[in-house]
Amino acid sequence: MSATNLTKTLYDKVWDAHQVHQQDDGTVLLYIDRHLVHEVTSPQAFEGLQIAGRKPWRTDSMLAVADHNVPTTARDAGIEDPVSKLQVDTLDANCDAHGIVEFKMNDHRQGIVHVIGPEQGATLPGMTVVCGDSHTSTHGAFGALAFGIGTSEVEHVMATQCLLQKKSRNMLVSVDGEVGPGVTAKDIVLAIIGHIGTAGGNGSAIEFGGDAIRALSMEGRMTVCNMAIEAGARAGMIAVDQTTIDYVKARPFSPSADQWDAAIAAWRDLVSDDGAKFDKVVHINAADIMPQVSWGTSPEMVAGVAGVVPDPTVETNEIKAEGMRRALHYMDLKPGTAIADIKIDKVFIGSCTNSRIEDLRAAAAVIKDRKIADNVKLALVVPGSGLVKKLAEEEGLDSIFSNAGFEWREPGCSMCLAMNADKLESGERCASTSNRNFEGRQGQGGRTHLVSPAMAAAAAIAGHFVDVRSF
Amino acid sequence: MQAFTILEGVVAPLLRSNIDTDAIIPKQFLKSIKRTGFGVNLFDEWRYLDAGFPGQDNSTRQPNPEFVLNLPRYQQASILLAGENFGCGSSREHAVWALDGFGFRCVIAPSFADIFNNNSFKSGLLPLVLEKSIIDKLAAACEANEGYQLKVDLEKQQVTAPDGESYAFEVDQFRKHCLLNGLDDIGLTLQNEDLIKQYEAKRKEAAPWLFNGVT
Repeated sequence: MSATNLTKTLYDKVWDAHQVHQQDDGTVLLYIDRHLVHEVTSPQAFEGLQIAGRKPWRTDSMLAVADHNVPTTARDAGIEDPVSKLQVDTLDANCDAHGIVEFKMNDHRQGIVHVIGPEQGATLPGMTVVCGDSHTSTHGAFGALAFGIGTSEVEHVMATQCLLQKKSRNMLVSVDGEVGPGVTAKDIVLAIIGHIGTAGGNGSAIEFGGDAIRALSMEGRMTVCNMAIEAGARAGMIAVDQTTIDYVKARPFSPSADQWDAAIAAWRDLVSDDGAKFDKVVHINAADIMPQVSWGTSPEMVAGVAGVVPDPTVETNEIKAEGMRRALHYMDLKPGTAIADIKIDKVFIGSCTNSRIEDLRAAAAVIKDRKIADNVKLALVVPGSGLVKKLAEEEGLDSIFSNAGFEWREPGCSMCLAMNADKLESGERCASTSNRNFEGRQGQGGRTHLVSPAMAAAAAIAGHFVDVRSF
Repeated sequence: MQAFTILEGVVAPLLRSNIDTDAIIPKQFLKSIKRTGFGVNLFDEWRYLDAGFPGQDNSTRQPNPEFVLNLPRYQQASILLAGENFGCGSSREHAVWALDGFGFRCVIAPSFADIFNNNSFKSGLLPLVLEKSIIDKLAAACEANEGYQLKVDLEKQQVTAPDGESYAFEVDQFRKHCLLNGLDDIGLTLQNEDLIKQYEAKRKEAAPWLFNGVT
């Protein structure tokens, strides 16, 4: 056997450590360490268990929270929409019946499932983490193998603590060198998706590496891995280093003091070996990345803030050109329009991509002592969790936002997907720190432009997109 | 799960690429706690001119006459021809349930998003990959001939057109086995209950912090 056959990628290591059994055809029974649960994709799974007379295999592997449907105002009044209320009540009842830990709507720890997992130390390096939600890729920032699953698989994990899986291919996206000032994790990941496309990672687990990724905080790394799914990869991963270990230490569900040394010794190996084989490698020069703004209806449709809306007539790939025409029609944009000339109606700072404390600090730094523009009808800040909200308030960020004309809300998914009352009206244009600009995503007929928190904040003040680096 | 063996059915073309799960079933319908009832809201924002919300009487809504699935000739369609990266976006299995609820049992596309692909096999919908050039040819034939049907034979891994021409397709053998027999994955996995317990015991010794639990 040659030396290269002994080397493993980070993904190989976590995958191998969780194999319970391998069938002759290569299908693997993969053990799941952590199962995060929310109200939208779990009711049918709980019902399935009940119909089959089964019980959850390991309730202590589960952590549940309602996030998609919860209102971001007047929580004490409960949920007004009866359909949303039934879904949240159903989660509460299912968790109570099975003894599953749930942060209920008025618990101070409640928040977006992908924010609270890491915040609580429920997400740990080397774990397999699943949730009935595609943005589960977020947790890969910890050197965990984390991916979204559908409701049938939610039921499968509940019943067996395992999933039947085929191994994905190994892909490395290396962001080499340093990013310039004002360029954030969000800009890095949007630039990556713009480069490799929304199907670029299909069938692969992407490891994000390179100096620019290593230099990111854990929160920045979560932003990058969060959007791995927008590049088509079910899982994004980042190797463990001291930044990871420092973040995980002393959180409620982190290893106890007597387990700590053994845990970090094991975690230090959660890196791809030198010479490990990747099926595909993409290099991106960090210095080339500008603050990004999406102009279309797919996350690959991005441009630098100094750029213009592209012209489909110069696109040589006819499928792409047709997609661009549809997108420009939906977005009501003309080719050649400067990104900085696009005016906005609403601003949304939040979502599992960008609602953590560093995101709020970055936005607050831009708007301090300024006011939102007259043409901005609504600017929302929705913290990722009750704990993020509390910390922000201790730092006085809520006053900075309120003084500028932003609304300071309760935690949840909110206008990222508009399942609650927060949404765009038809034709409205939004600068959003969320992850998807699909047609209708933030409300039927709504137009979404994906940006970083600092860029969203600057757009709120200017009333149109503006380069935050010279703002 | 319903078994899938041989499907002979009417074909409908929707050749856009990157058809995402928000387009397949918009979020407001995900508030349901059931597995059924999503078919009437499949492609809701493309299919109707007015806004849709859960629990509404869909017979009173304004269908978009230009949307392909509203044409009378495609009302009974059970096979959908689509563009690349079908089903990208969220993990919502409701997208599969909505396609199934409309009557689709098979989607043929040049590529599928990973989670959608998984979910389809779990709910008895066959995601079938053919080259784009073949799909374009089938779509052209479909548009030219009202009532155009294809035969999809999962056992033989073959799609047959009315002109007699056949196209082979690849499928994961384990998933094929489960789909052909309508097998319940959970039941299969629980046959390995002892192996799961052995794994847990070993793992608990090597990495006890993984079993601290959320309590």
